[in-house]
Parts: sequence; structure tokens; C-alpha cells
Amino acid sequence: MPTTYLEAIREGLWEEMERDPNVFLLGEDIGVYGGAFKVTDGFIEHFGERRVVDTPISEGAIVGAAIGASFMGLRPVAEMQFADFISCGFDQIVNFAAKCRWRWGAAVPMVIRAPSGGGIHGGPFHSQNPEMWFVRVPGLKVVCPATAYDAKGLIKAAVRDNDPVLFFEHKGLYRRIKEDLPGEEFTVPIGKAKVVREGRDLTIVAYGAMVWTALEAADKLAEEGAQVEVVDLRTLLPLDRQTVIESVRKTSKVLLVHEDTRTGGIAGELAASITEAVFEYLDGPVLRVTAPDSAVPYSPPLENAFLPNTGKVLEKARWLWRY
Amino acid sequence: MSAAPATTSHSSLHSGDPVELVHKCLYYMTLMREVEDRIERKLYRQGKIVGGVYVGRGQEAIPVGTALLAEPDDVMLPSHRDMAVLFIRGVPLRRIFAQYMGREGGLTRGRDGNMHMGDLKLNVVSIISALAATVPVAGGIALAMRYLGKPGVAFSYFGDGATSRGDWHEGVNFATVQKLPVLYVCNNNQYAYSTPLSAQMACANVADRGPAYGMPAEIVDGNDVLAVHAATKRALEHIRAGRGPYMLECKTFRMTGHSAHDGAHYVPKQLFEEWERLDPIVRLRSKMLANGWAEEGELEAVRAGILREIDEAVEWAEQCPYPDPATLLDDVYEKP
Repeated sequence: MPTTYLEAIREGLWEEMERDPNVFLLGEDIGVYGGAFKVTDGFIEHFGERRVVDTPISEGAIVGAAIGASFMGLRPVAEMQFADFISCGFDQIVNFAAKCRWRWGAAVPMVIRAPSGGGIHGGPFHSQNPEMWFVRVPGLKVVCPATAYDAKGLIKAAVRDNDPVLFFEHKGLYRRIKEDLPGEEFTVPIGKAKVVREGRDLTIVAYGAMVWTALEAADKLAEEGAQVEVVDLRTLLPLDRQTVIESVRKTSKVLLVHEDTRTGGIAGELAASITEAVFEYLDGPVLRVTAPDSAVPYSPPLENAFLPNTGKVLEKARWLWRY
Repeated sequence: MSAAPATTSHSSLHSGDPVELVHKCLYYMTLMREVEDRIERKLYRQGKIVGGVYVGRGQEAIPVGTALLAEPDDVMLPSHRDMAVLFIRGVPLRRIFAQYMGREGGLTRGRDGNMHMGDLKLNVVSIISALAATVPVAGGIALAMRYLGKPGVAFSYFGDGATSRGDWHEGVNFATVQKLPVLYVCNNNQYAYSTPLSAQMACANVADRGPAYGMPAEIVDGNDVLAVHAATKRALEHIRAGRGPYMLECKTFRMTGHSAHDGAHYVPKQLFEEWERLDPIVRLRSKMLANGWAEEGELEAVRAGILREIDEAVEWAEQCPYPDPATLLDDVYEKP
């Protein structure tokens, strides 16, 4: 029976709570209601109110409380109802949690789960990809799984990590993506990208929902004779530059894809890293397919124009392949 | 549950040895005054402290009167004018000076300055510059205490200005909804940098806000250490009985500018003069002498001892090396 991306996160959390009595959840509507997306459905019945804490609408208090609880040896997993609301807890994350270990040696082993991403007609405040706000904050870890396997393995690794981890789960993948997961226990290491499709003509680098877009484009290009390699970043911070660079060394051409907006997206950082490391291996310009620099629109024709899709990736990839 | 009037302390010494208590209070208040004077009026002016300096001159009764009642399991979240909390928790004086001087021996090993320090082994949490940020953190600590079945209380300190921040509201609201063991200690020193209270909030007292959260809040004479101590005792009885948070609004006055570089020209002179007469250290000394709890010479000897302690600590800090730049990236993350 295949497991969806959403169920994979749920299973990962459930297993970690069964394994470690110091793991607990807090967030808005996560208990009795089971969470806006039902990720924590059934948790309060099984684990009780002590370990599944419904909070007021207070992202600052949720993150602050998670920090405080982690000082006491607990392992809080905080839910932002939508990643868009994480800005309300921004100071606690970037000024408090991120700097504690470095400043005064206090570990903050907390996880913040944040459902992000567009394609669900959520409009400007229920569709954003805010990961890059945090990727430039040393001390944080930022994880963006694309598959059910990685979602489960990475949420379990995040809970066990001794640094603050932001776990961006793509809403568009929740029920769309499913696969058979191993019966035995597993985790996926934070900070490691993965080559999810091998090829030698061109590398496409993506993360989150765009991994699937990249794979679709790779399938289509295979029909045209191109062997496309696809790298799933999986973690944005710490960034696994090495896996990307190794792939580019092999293919000499790279297309960087993200659903996030263009300026300040991870593609810019990767483009710089690639030219610094393997400029002499490049056989074409480093290209990007990203959302444009606007807010995420609501109306379907506007949202379709905003989001990167297989057609847009295919067009750039084909051009680069033939370059 | 409305804001209570200012309390006095005449009958407050009902347990423990009252004479021992007043001596302790005087010692820690004097230590804080002298340490901060050394920092602000000497080391800073000598260029031995390169960053911002924010002192609690005139406010010493608040951290002392409260923190002396903390049990070892309690967790302290002092604000930037609460240095005595560190002394009472056992942070060594020499490490405090090293912190201010950016030396390796400071609690943050030169990574941060001034009161931005903490030590979880001593149950002290470091503040950050964004005021009130520790208020929600105090709630999380208290939540964890209850979760773990530990008996502690989180002592959450802040100034009047911090109560304008959303984090303050969110933190207090969360803790009161959850009925968590948190003691809120407001040092209302009437100025937030240059902004007077009247431009900070429309209600007369910070304590007026308590009832809005379903939380008892009382106004205390923040320049009377025994009043602060007695009020803290009442508050802790309430909190330790499992009845949720309690707030003390300690009325005081900031006898300096916001920081060492601020001459506070915006503060009417007569306010400084009025509050000078209410100096908490002078008041306690007078009371001790009047009640025969101490003799003049004895108190002078205590102050002389404090100055020696400070000299030794400063000497240690000045000899402490600066941090090695090669360590800059250590502890951004846990070592793998």
C-alpha cells in the first residue's frame, strides 16, 4: 500500500514520538482538529494533550515556547499552519534560535514544520516559498523534501538533530505523491543532495515540487535523445554544493530550477558556486527557471503564469542541451 | 484581580533570618552598582569595552529582591538591567568583565557583549537585543517544567518598553492560557531609550494589563528591595501552587541614559533629583542603621570588600586573551 507524502510525514512524527517521550508537538489547531492539512490527525487521541499542544494564534509564542522547551531537554516540533505565517515568528527563529549555540553554547533542538508552495490556488498568503528568508541565516538548517521517502526520513532526522531545523513540506505534494516505503526504520541525512536520475548531457537541479517537474522534463527530453541528470537538493542549508558540482563536472551544462521567486533564490547561490568550482568544465551558460519576482497570484491563469512548469523547464533545457 | 496599590515592606521579614536577608540584599545591590560603575564609568571610558553598555543604576532592588527567592530549579531570564541575577546565580564576576571586554573568558567567548550572556548549567538564559523576545521563551521553559514534572518557575524580566512588543503579548497570553509557572518582573523605569511611558502606552500602569490576561498583577515600590522581596514571595506562592503566572510591576527610574553614550538630555532634571532621593541602596543602608541591623563601619567594610573583588576580577579579565579568529565558525552547528 503506497504511502503519500503527507502520510510519510505523519508516520515519521508518530514514530519519533513513540521512540522518544521528550518529543512533543505544538501549533495552531493541531490537536482536536488534527491540523489544517490533517498531518497530526489522531495524535491527540493517542499521545494526549500533554504532548500535542493546541496554541493561540501566536507564531512568535509558538517558536519562542519551542526554544524554551528545547533548553529544558525537550524536542519540540512546532507547526506553522502555513509557511506564509512563519514571518510572524521570524525574530524568534533568526535572532534567537539560530544564534544560541554560537553565542552562548545553548543547543536549540527544535523543528518547525511549514507547509509551503503554490499550485493550490491559495493566493499570496497561502502559497509562498519562504525558505530563502532562512537559508541566509547561519545556525539554521532548512530542509525541503520532494518524495515520501525523504519526507519521512528527513522529518525523523530533523527531530533527532541538535540544531533548529525548518522543515518545508510542499502542500502540492501532500496527496499527489506516493510510494511504497520500507517496513523497517530509516532516516535520511540532513545536508545531502541526491542524484535522482542519472544522465550525461545536462544537469537539472531542483528541490521540493520542482523535482517532479524536472523529472517530467527529463523524460520528455529522453524521447528527443538527451540524457538528463536530475539532482534533488533535499536540504538547502547546509547546502550540498559538492553533489551539484560533481554532476556539472560530468555533464558540463546545468539548469537550476526552483518554485521560489528569482532574485535571491538558491539558483543564484548555486550559479556562483558552480562558476567558482568548475568554470572550466562548463559548456554553456548556467541557466535558471524560477518564478518571477512577484507575489503568488490567486487566479488560475495568473498562477499558471507565475509557477515554473514542465513546459518552461523543457524549453530552457532543450535550448541548453543544443547549445 | 485588579492592579493592587504599591506595597510597603514593614512586615515582610517574616521568615528566615531578617538580618541575614538585608545584608544579602545590600551586598548584591552594592555589587551590581559598583560593577556597573566600573564598567560604565571606567572601563568603557578607557576604551577597554568597545561596544554598548546598558546599566541598571537605581534599579538594583528589582533583580536582587526577586532573584534571592529563586530555587535552584527555577530558570532566570534577566533583561539588560538585571545584572544582579547573574551574581545570585553564581556567574563568576571575572567572566562578566571578560564578557564586556570581548575576551575569550566571557560567557559568550567574545561572540557577544554586555548583558547578552547565559549559562544553562546555572539556569540562566541569555537575552537578545530584541526586547521581550525572552518572554515567549519563558513560557516554553515553564511548559517544559510542567511536562517533565519539575517544580521550577521561569523568572521573566523585562522593562516597560518591552511590553509594547507583540512577543510580550504573545508570550504572556500563551503562558496565562496554559496556566504556566511564570513570574513576570517588569522594571518600569519610565523611559524606553528616549521615549517616556506616556508615549509608550495609554494605560497608567503595566500592571493594569494583568487582568486582561486573567493574571494577578501588583504594583511594587521597585526602589525598596524588601518590598520587592515580599511581593515576590506572594507571587511565588501563587505560582508554585499551580495557579498560573503572576506579574510584578516594579516602579523605578533609570538613573542614566539608555546606554553609556546617551546623556539623557530628554529627561527632566528634577526627575533625576527626585529619584536620587529614593536610591534603593541608600534607603536600605539607612534602614539597616536605623534598625540596628548593622553598623556604619561594618557596611563600609562590605563595600571595600566588593571593590577588592572587582579589582581582582578586572585584572583577571584584562589578562584574559582575545578569542582566536580561527574559532569564528565553531559552533554555528553542532560538531558532527
